[in-house]
Amino acid sequence: MTSKDDFDLDALKGAQDAYAAPDPQVRQEHLRLAQENFTALQGSRNEPRHSSETAQKGFWNGAKTMLNAMTTRGGLTATTALVACGFLVLTPSGQSLWRGAVPIAAGDLVPVDTAPPQQPEADTERQLVAPADGRTDAAQLREAAVGPELSGTVAPSAPPNPATFNSTAQASPQAEPEAVAPASELEMSLADSGLSYAVEAPQARPRVAQNNIVEPLIAPARAAPMPEAMVIGQGTLGGVATDDGFAATSAAPNTEAFANEPSSPLQITAETPVSTFSIDVDTASYAVVRSSIMAGQLPPPEAVRIEEMINYFPYDYAAPEPGDAPFLPTINVFETPWNSDTQLLHIALQGTMPEVENRPPLNLVFLIDTSGSMSSADKLPLLVQSFRLMLDQLRPEDEVAIVEYAGSAGLVLPPTPASDRTAITRALASLGAGGSTNGQGGLEQAYAIANQMAEDGEVGRVLLATDGDFNVGLSGIDELTAFIEKKRETGVYLSVLGFGRGNLDDATMQALAQNGNGIAAHIDTLAEAQKVLVDQLTGALFTIAGDVKIQVEFNPAMVVEYRLIGYETRALRREDFNNDAVDAGELGAGHSVTAIYEITPTDSPARLTDPLRYGTDEAAAEGSTELGFLRLRYKAPGEDVSQLIEVPIAQDLARSTIDREAQFAAAIAGFGQLLRGSTYLGDWGWDEAIELAAQNRGADPFGYRNEAVQIMRLSRSLSGN
Amino acid sequence: MEVNDNDLALAAAGGDGAAFASLLARQYDRLFSLCVRLMGGRAEAEDLCQDICAALPAKLAGYRGQSKITTWLYRVAVNAAHDKRRRQATRSRAADGWGDWEKARMASNSETHARVDWLTAAMTRLPDDLRDTLALVLDEVSHAEAGQILDISEGTVSWRISEAKKRLKAMKEEEEAL
Repeated sequence: MTSKDDFDLDALKGAQDAYAAPDPQVRQEHLRLAQENFTALQGSRNEPRHSSETAQKGFWNGAKTMLNAMTTRGGLTATTALVACGFLVLTPSGQSLWRGAVPIAAGDLVPVDTAPPQQPEADTERQLVAPADGRTDAAQLREAAVGPELSGTVAPSAPPNPATFNSTAQASPQAEPEAVAPASELEMSLADSGLSYAVEAPQARPRVAQNNIVEPLIAPARAAPMPEAMVIGQGTLGGVATDDGFAATSAAPNTEAFANEPSSPLQITAETPVSTFSIDVDTASYAVVRSSIMAGQLPPPEAVRIEEMINYFPYDYAAPEPGDAPFLPTINVFETPWNSDTQLLHIALQGTMPEVENRPPLNLVFLIDTSGSMSSADKLPLLVQSFRLMLDQLRPEDEVAIVEYAGSAGLVLPPTPASDRTAITRALASLGAGGSTNGQGGLEQAYAIANQMAEDGEVGRVLLATDGDFNVGLSGIDELTAFIEKKRETGVYLSVLGFGRGNLDDATMQALAQNGNGIAAHIDTLAEAQKVLVDQLTGALFTIAGDVKIQVEFNPAMVVEYRLIGYETRALRREDFNNDAVDAGELGAGHSVTAIYEITPTDSPARLTDPLRYGTDEAAAEGSTELGFLRLRYKAPGEDVSQLIEVPIAQDLARSTIDREAQFAAAIAGFGQLLRGSTYLGDWGWDEAIELAAQNRGADPFGYRNEAVQIMRLSRSLSGN
Repeated sequence: MEVNDNDLALAAAGGDGAAFASLLARQYDRLFSLCVRLMGGRAEAEDLCQDICAALPAKLAGYRGQSKITTWLYRVAVNAAHDKRRRQATRSRAADGWGDWEKARMASNSETHARVDWLTAAMTRLPDDLRDTLALVLDEVSHAEAGQILDISEGTVSWRISEAKKRLKAMKEEEEAL
């Protein structure tokens, strides 16, 4: 290294590094080539499956399982016994010891037999786990005591089976003649004595040892790499971390796109006292976040829409009385978990649950993406399973049609009564992935069929199921949303179900569902399908209030600053609130919507902005002690004119008892902010979020909240804290 | 948090296509720059890289995690580079008989390499063993790992690096003296 002083290799290396960077096109070409070869090499190997791993059957696995399951004590006994056995059988001194039938030696032999019964070859696994004859150690000990008295060559052993006994005996050339020759005689005498013994043929021993013990010991070493690889294969199935972005689930380059906006900034009440937004009942973001985390990767911040995470969970909010407005607002004010000097304003809308028995007949058009990208197990196969689950929820008077779109759109199942399960199931089973995507053609056909099915008083829905690789054809996304907007006037709403990861075009799906007045859900597991398509089907398909908008006016005398958590993509302008032509979210039957503001009271040390020296911020509403004023607008189904609900937000709400539902929502809001890397949380971190969520799980009949706590714990580990 | 490359490789060896894609996407850039350093030019490196990528799935099926996947992968690359150089040498010997036409063609080929940086060009003039070792170390491989890849001791790696530097320095001085 003497030459280093005046020879600057590092500088030269810099130039070389620049020269040696790969050309992106060549890189892509090479990666594609490698992937093709990889796929070709796999041949008929199946894609990794979505279901839980089935253990490989077979001798090696059985032996491995057995060795793993063996307790230390059992293992010690067995290995000690093995050594003793080997000593006795393999060494001359051992044999002489054994032939001499010293009682102690026979006694030593007993535990050996409990571990490896010497029935040759067959079914060793089962026998290793439990002594074949099922007798207790005590019984065998008794035998051991009896054994030496019978004959020098007869050693106590396990198998009561005469056939085995015979073959073992005859296969042993070195056994003493008197023991071997009259095999039947021996059998008789054994039967008489009521105990079963085997002639312990010295030659048989080593073979037994080889079959039962030695190989299993080797087996785990040999078998190990394969199960390991299998497990990893399963574990990383959902998404494999990459350095440069996000989980790639498919071999194809990752083309996921998410709809999101920067977090809502802090607002100063004196400057912008009014906050307006549309409700959002989608849940897609939570499912996407969960599937990322379950695959071992924190989701990209833009995939996190906090309001969708909060609204994923069912809450036990007070429901409206029959005859009142279709939903009831509940307001809570309580101390912010992550900042004791601010408060959370928690606004919950609980939708009414109309009598399900009287629901109008439903016309469903499944619009199913069968393009080539849908072939993986968590896409089309899961989709078909999910729709099968849903069929049980339909009634005989409901109708189902199926349109698929791949290279060309096509009608797979003409409108069929839901009672004809066979036809529907058969049509679902016939779906196969292949070809490119022609989204627009499919949509047009689906709407045409929906219109054709429509009769007065019936509810029409198009359910679009896609992995998001939605080719919008020649017209582009704007024309497509305009088309959907026009169609929603006819009363046919569009809901979007996302499947799989890798090329999830969340942005397009959000746009379609929002404009189609439907919901957007992401289905990553069959359990999620159960939640969306079975448990909450009524809510997902029956709207009780349309274009629901929320406006909060804060009182600058009481609240200096506020910040809306989530709803970034749902912001409306102040004037949009009263404009009935502006679209907003729909509230489904029995759905609830939660919105959370973090508010800073006047004089709170947590105030982030300084008061203006020349401002007159508190002149406005002296005297009022209300925190603010909540206005809600909604349209009854089928109407064009909105109705207004007004509720003052009283200060004394702040002293109301701590509400478990609101606290859980706050925990999820905190979770979402942690995932987005929010700067407002201070020292409050994963531990606090997990604790808060865990404390407020409540009854949680479906386990969603428990699952959320699990996911938060996993996120904590993944984030390295 | 990242999935470990070795785990990815084992998953890929077990037939997980997504893991394979991920693994190669992560490793490709370093692999490519190693190929450039080994071959002394982008065009040759692209050829070599293509060969490696094409053969990798079959090779990887035999990976059992005995060594780090990077070690394993670089060994594949170095061996492939040796094969390629050997074939090139045979071809250029064969070209000897073709006379001026082929020589002119090869000369024009090398002109297209004129924009090669000094170090890459100079490395082609090093003996193969020094060049391979230096290429690995320049590709941020530790001396210990380079030893494993080339199947030599760590000390030998260090010696070769210092020797390579000595020679490069001499070349540089020679050029500057002109």
